[in-house]
Amino acid sequence: MLEALTDAELVQRCRAGDSEAWNTLVERFSRYVYAICVKGFRLREEDAEDVFQDVFTRVYTHLDKLRDDAAVRPWIAQLTRRLCLDSIARSSKEQPAPEQDFEESSDDFAEIEDAFAVREAVTTLGEACQEILDRFFAQDQSYRTISAELDLPAGTIASRIARCLRKLREELEGRSEPSRESRE
Amino acid sequence: MSRIYDEEWLGQRLRILRPAPQGWVRAAQELPSARRSLDEIVARAEADLEAALQGEGYEPKPQILGELRRRFS
Repeated sequence: MLEALTDAELVQRCRAGDSEAWNTLVERFSRYVYAICVKGFRLREEDAEDVFQDVFTRVYTHLDKLRDDAAVRPWIAQLTRRLCLDSIARSSKEQPAPEQDFEESSDDFAEIEDAFAVREAVTTLGEACQEILDRFFAQDQSYRTISAELDLPAGTIASRIARCLRKLREELEGRSEPSRESRE
Repeated sequence: MSRIYDEEWLGQRLRILRPAPQGWVRAAQELPSARRSLDEIVARAEADLEAALQGEGYEPKPQILGELRRRFS
């Protein structure tokens, strides 16, 4: 139910003190924040955890200062990037090492943005497709594990994944193009 | 330029947003209740501060309380 709310509606509910809405907001953006930390900035796990908690603490504390509720995602992205850079600066002060030089790769960030758009499209495919695609791709589960956990015949997993990917492609092709072409 | 959403491209993007560790997510979700507990502790500490000042024979004037809270913060 809350999962169907727009970002703006979710923010409004969080601001009103709805703890279930807050849980949903964290759930909606947790992978995104995590990806920026570990894929975008390649933070070590312990630094990524600090940044992750700091991001959500600041989001919770400053939600009332957000001027455009619909812009919560770019705001979270900007906050995460800033805190990742702070974390890297702190680490390099503590342990200066030339090999720790960090170079932001815009391709990585573009891929994360694409991934978020793809994930949003997946939510329109129905629960069965969401579940199987997430288990196979994001959680690296084998056909055997998926088969056992979803109680599906092992021989049908590959065809179900292919069918869901086809539906996903149709959904994405029906949408407007993301602003940045990141594919080579 | 139109994008081709082939299986390889989709698979790569689906792999990017991996679940954050459950403990991290739970801790972030518990922020509101943690914040409420913290506010209660601060409120109790503030009440105790006044009691402590009175116990020492000082009138808990707002300026004194303010200065002490600034020092404790």
